[in-house]
Amino acid sequence: MKYVLLICDDETCSPSMEEIAADPAYRAFAAEVDRRGASLGGARLRPVADATTVRVRDGETLVSDGPFAETKDFIGGIDIIDCADLDEAIAIAACHPYANRGCVEVRPVWE
Amino acid sequence: MTAPQEVRAAIDTAYRNEWGQVVATLIGATGDWDLAEDCAQDAFAAALSTWPRDGVPDRPGAWLTTTARNRAMDRLRRNAAASTKLRQLAVLSRGPVEPPVDAIPDERLRLIFTCCHPALPFPARVALTLRTLAGLTTAEIAKAFLTAESTMAQRLVRAKRKIVEAGIPYRVPPPELLPQRLSAVAAVLYLIYNQGYDDESGARGLAAEGIHLARVLTRLLPTEPEARGLLALMLLIEARRESRITNGVLVTLEDQDRSRWDRAMIAEGVRTLDDALAMRRPGPYQVQAAIAACHATAPDAAATDWPQIAALYRELARLSPSPVIDLNRAVAVAMADGIPAGLALVDELDKSGRLNNYYLLPATRADLLRREGRVSEAAAAYEAALELAPTDAERRYLTGRLHSL
Repeated sequence: MKYVLLICDDETCSPSMEEIAADPAYRAFAAEVDRRGASLGGARLRPVADATTVRVRDGETLVSDGPFAETKDFIGGIDIIDCADLDEAIAIAACHPYANRGCVEVRPVWE
Repeated sequence: MTAPQEVRAAIDTAYRNEWGQVVATLIGATGDWDLAEDCAQDAFAAALSTWPRDGVPDRPGAWLTTTARNRAMDRLRRNAAASTKLRQLAVLSRGPVEPPVDAIPDERLRLIFTCCHPALPFPARVALTLRTLAGLTTAEIAKAFLTAESTMAQRLVRAKRKIVEAGIPYRVPPPELLPQRLSAVAAVLYLIYNQGYDDESGARGLAAEGIHLARVLTRLLPTEPEARGLLALMLLIEARRESRITNGVLVTLEDQDRSRWDRAMIAEGVRTLDDALAMRRPGPYQVQAAIAACHATAPDAAATDWPQIAALYRELARLSPSPVIDLNRAVAVAMADGIPAGLALVDELDKSGRLNNYYLLPATRADLLRREGRVSEAAAAYEAALELAPTDAERRYLTGRLHSL
């Protein structure tokens, strides 16, 4: 059984990767994941300000800024893809079955 | 030596025509939006001090691009980490000073499509287009949109950051994406135009910017009929500007002094529309322009071709469904087929609730009732419209109508 952890907050606090690496609380979390051998990979996401939402309705791809926020929708999973740019990511997102009923949020990975 | 006012005029012209090109070329070479803008600014500052002494160069755009590029190289040399960008710029500098003629449109076009990418928030698309393509300052954009300068600055910073961090490509979209992306670009340019059109005093320059950018777009995309449709629409509306508001009171199309309409601009609008329609790929902007052309070419209000306008609104509602379009269609139907037919459409819209709190719904009903001589019902509808009217000019117009019943 595998799990994906979606880490959500209100983004009022956005520490740098260096700050995270240096923070004892994050180190303790990472040490616990390591001790259990549980890590299958994962990635930190860029903030909501860098999000793009894609929907397909009647065969037309609708692209809009930001997350599909202020709703009760929740994220059901993630795919990690490697693309040339956002347009390619949007094209792949538009192929995902969930784009036809819910939406697919494209978020760049913090690297 | 050149006369100072001539130099000033040359720099103003260059700013208007070349700013977007200079910025686009530098972004294309470095991928760095802030650097591109700073260096374009530097190049124009250099022109201010050099041109009065040495004269205006034969090709101001080439001079400005070269100066901006040299400035960018200076800045990047001071920053060792930017060596990749420096190499790209060096490649650019080995080429001809001025890019080949057919490459110039391309560069600016990339900038337009990137600024208007649908992954950016709409207000940011507008701000970024005005800043990078039209060269408006952040303060000017903030003033035109009644926003604090700090808010506008933040909006621009975030948009530029998102372009880099979300990986928005700096390019003209491939053919399969073009129609959809062109409509995003057109929406931005039309909003810029409308912001200038609606404003009674402050933001008039934006109407000119909107028309200027639409012209650029038609030159860059000569085979896209909707680009021409957009330009035609703006010209046909703009031609009526002088007669639209008199002494702070809105004047309806019917009552406007048609001798004050700009005939040359109407002729250009109609020509542009004809070019677009000849391509036989209709779209919402072409249809709206066709409606505006019907009004603009009618010798007087009574001679307006209402059946044609009603048919065009039906087509427009099909291409881009919206309750506001349905309301406009109701007016056209009332004029073409009789008031009761129009009133029935207005009532249907009212019942649907899709135009709640939109003052033009009761205002339209009031006008149709007035024409039917149903005075007390018309008065009630004018009062309902007054409650919702957004500007003083509109309130004064409605009050005038109410009192003349």
